[in-house]
Amino acid sequence: MIVLSTVVFFIGLMGVLIRRNLITMLMGIELMLNAVNINFVAFNHYLFPHRLEGHFFALIVMAIAPAEAAIAIALIINIYRQFATVSVDDVDELKY
Amino acid sequence: MTGPKIIFFVLAAAIVVFSILSITSRRILRAAIFLLFVLVAMSGLYYMMNFQFLAAVQLILYAGGIVVLIIFSILLTSQINSRLESPKISHLLSGAVTAIGGIVLATVTILQFVFKPAGKGAVDTDIRTIGLQLLDTDIHGYALPFEVISILLLAALVGSIFIAQKDKT
Repeated sequence: MIVLSTVVFFIGLMGVLIRRNLITMLMGIELMLNAVNINFVAFNHYLFPHRLEGHFFALIVMAIAPAEAAIAIALIINIYRQFATVSVDDVDELKY
Repeated sequence: MTGPKIIFFVLAAAIVVFSILSITSRRILRAAIFLLFVLVAMSGLYYMMNFQFLAAVQLILYAGGIVVLIIFSILLTSQINSRLESPKISHLLSGAVTAIGGIVLATVTILQFVFKPAGKGAVDTDIRTIGLQLLDTDIHGYALPFEVISILLLAALVGSIFIAQKDKT
């Protein structure tokens, strides 16, 4: 279970690294968050079954993830209005 | 091989395969649909571990909310048939090296560690227990994070509306 979570986490990281599109990078971040959730729940279920701490941690992460996605998509839409693109390489006003 | 083990391996294989497809697919809408499959399979894992409420929340929030939001933003910002250009070879190489190195390192560390279960007797994870504990102010209660999250969600709502609005000037 934890090995699965590790694999998914690093696949998400690779998605963030190799893609140059803001939306697909956001999808990589979602994959990483989900991997962390699996980890919390698995630890809760197999090692500490008498309490629900991992469960609530996962629940809180799940509440924060949509907020993060909503803010990110608002930013992406704003960037698209300004630059007419969602590729990270073309949004370089602040870089130079 | 018992039944739960078979189900676990099927779900794990689905998660890994679809997440790899989701980050390598050239069509961005297909990538979003593969992400949806990953999230649904993860909620199946939660069902397998007897966390029904968490599985339902996963289905509603991720599969119902975030994927729809992502698909909306894809449709707003790109053409439906457009293909992404394939990533640069240097990016691909560095990303793959980082990911595989991280997987190997973390897996070796995990497999060397001996996990000992602490505590006996599973609590039941029905909605009644979860709700009571979520609004409890005792030592194992989660009333404060619950309230903080509600403030955070309100702030995120107002902030995203403010960011995404058109310029009035």
